[in-house]
Amino acid sequence: MNEIEKKADIIIIGGGVNGCSLAYQLAKKGKKVVLCERNYICSGATGRCGAGIRQQWSTRENTELSIKSIKIFEKLEKELGQDIGLRQGGYLIIVHNNKDMIQAEKNVKMQKELGLDVSILTPDEILDVVSILDIEGMKAIGATFCPTDGHVDPFKTTHAYAKAAERQGAKLYKFTNVTDIKTKNKRIDCVVTNRGKIKTNIVINAAGAWSKQIAEKLNIKLPNKPFRKEILVTERVKPVFKAMVISFKDGIYFSQQDEGQILGGIPIPNEISGYLTNPTFDFLNHMSKTLTRYSPKLKYVNVIRQWTGYYDVTPDARPILGEVDEIKGFIQCNGFSGHGFMLSPMVTKILTDYITDGKSSDILEKLLIKRFKDKEITHETSVVG
Amino acid sequence: MSDKVFICRCEDLTQEEIEQAIDEGFTTLEELKCRLRLGMGPCQGRSCLSLARRILCKKTNKSTEEIKLPPSRPPEVPVSLGTLASD
Ligand SMILES: Cc1cc2nc3c(=O)[nH]c(=O)nc-3n(C[C@H](O)[C@H](O)[C@H](O)COP(=O)(O)OP(=O)(O)OC[C@H]3O[C@@H](n4cnc5c(N)ncnc54)[C@H](O)[C@@H]3O)c2cc1C
Ligand code: FES
Repeated sequence: MNEIEKKADIIIIGGGVNGCSLAYQLAKKGKKVVLCERNYICSGATGRCGAGIRQQWSTRENTELSIKSIKIFEKLEKELGQDIGLRQGGYLIIVHNNKDMIQAEKNVKMQKELGLDVSILTPDEILDVVSILDIEGMKAIGATFCPTDGHVDPFKTTHAYAKAAERQGAKLYKFTNVTDIKTKNKRIDCVVTNRGKIKTNIVINAAGAWSKQIAEKLNIKLPNKPFRKEILVTERVKPVFKAMVISFKDGIYFSQQDEGQILGGIPIPNEISGYLTNPTFDFLNHMSKTLTRYSPKLKYVNVIRQWTGYYDVTPDARPILGEVDEIKGFIQCNGFSGHGFMLSPMVTKILTDYITDGKSSDILEKLLIKRFKDKEITHETSVVG
Repeated sequence: MSDKVFICRCEDLTQEEIEQAIDEGFTTLEELKCRLRLGMGPCQGRSCLSLARRILCKKTNKSTEEIKLPPSRPPEVPVSLGTLASD
């Protein structure tokens, strides 16, 4: 392998969608950027995810972040000069009982205030959106639907960011493991890798489910926990629906890709935290049961592959962003709790503004790690998978 | 008839496309999978991964032992959702 740089303005740890987007934006602002990825680009959660993008959330911050993120996704192909596989077929969120309908109405009201095109559907209207669903099987009393939600190709997007970052002069080093971070007078001083040391004053911790270990090197304790998440894909069948179907109660999500394969996941009951990688039969069984209950017609479709990845989960299911109080220049971009792909455009923009212009924002202030010291935390409840 | 050589028939990938991706820096089978969907079709790489490995060896001057095959992902053969859903 070639020699690596000895010095950088900013070092990003992690070559997922967040690390690569940061590398692009910071390099575009004229910063000398190095990104270290211990494996290859997209080898973490990014290359394993469902890459659904939705704006229907229960907390204001997530709704705002995702509305603005989708606006960026809509223009990204043009900006990066490469296809990112954006498809906006909407998200259909199934509601199963009156209690959940009250919460759904509350969410929709808040989302509409923020300018989102979202509505509540009757069971008949659900079938207008996805005709192969079974209302009784799902035990549905209604749904919410936002037509501009959708899906983006995670590989295409991340590779497009990486290429654009390199065009702006950023150095992206794959198979480069960060083994230590050193400080001087409570300020970042250098990063140690298996390929040598790099001097810097700013480190961004975008190491996904391994961010906790990175922070530990500086004696910073992150509350994040890794959870194995499973997902499967079927053979290609005739395209029959465009929306992503999800349910917070059953935890299921599934959609049909442009080429016709159906992709989806569900949590397995009693999953415990830890770095477990093996796919399980329990998941296949539970997912198949639920999916065929939602749409009995899918019984005859073959599953061709299942795999796993990690959610990096925080106590309130919201990301941890921004600089820590203890060490100057140590910046967090992790804890995405299963929705870090869709939030990435806005999250990385907020951090870029903070790093390059010292500009903070309401959202950034609310997502600092400090919030876990407060007693009242607002939990994001609209979570699947 | 064109003289294209297909390596991954499920995903419609030619030798030329694979060589081009290797030149762009995607130098492991895992990375080619991410980049091109190589080996992600219905046969799950049974027919194409070893062919692609041979191209990689040649272009990067590595031996077959040095180039790892991606971990195989279950199920072994396609199984219907209906069968998987049964108790
Ligand atoms: C099954 C599944 C389905 C999902 N579905 C969705 C979805 O539909 N929509 C959505 O928005 N999100 C979804 N997510 C979540 C999403 O994938 C993640 O939140 C997002 O990809 C996180 O990106 P990242 O760049 O922050 O981290 P990652 O992609 O995890 O990247 C972190 C990288 O850091 C590297 N790294 C770790 N330690 C070191 C070190 N010491 N030195 C160097 N490099 C290191 C890792 O190798 C890794 O590549 C899903 C996740 C899973 C697992
Ligand atoms: S030939 Fe490549 S996946 Fe089947």
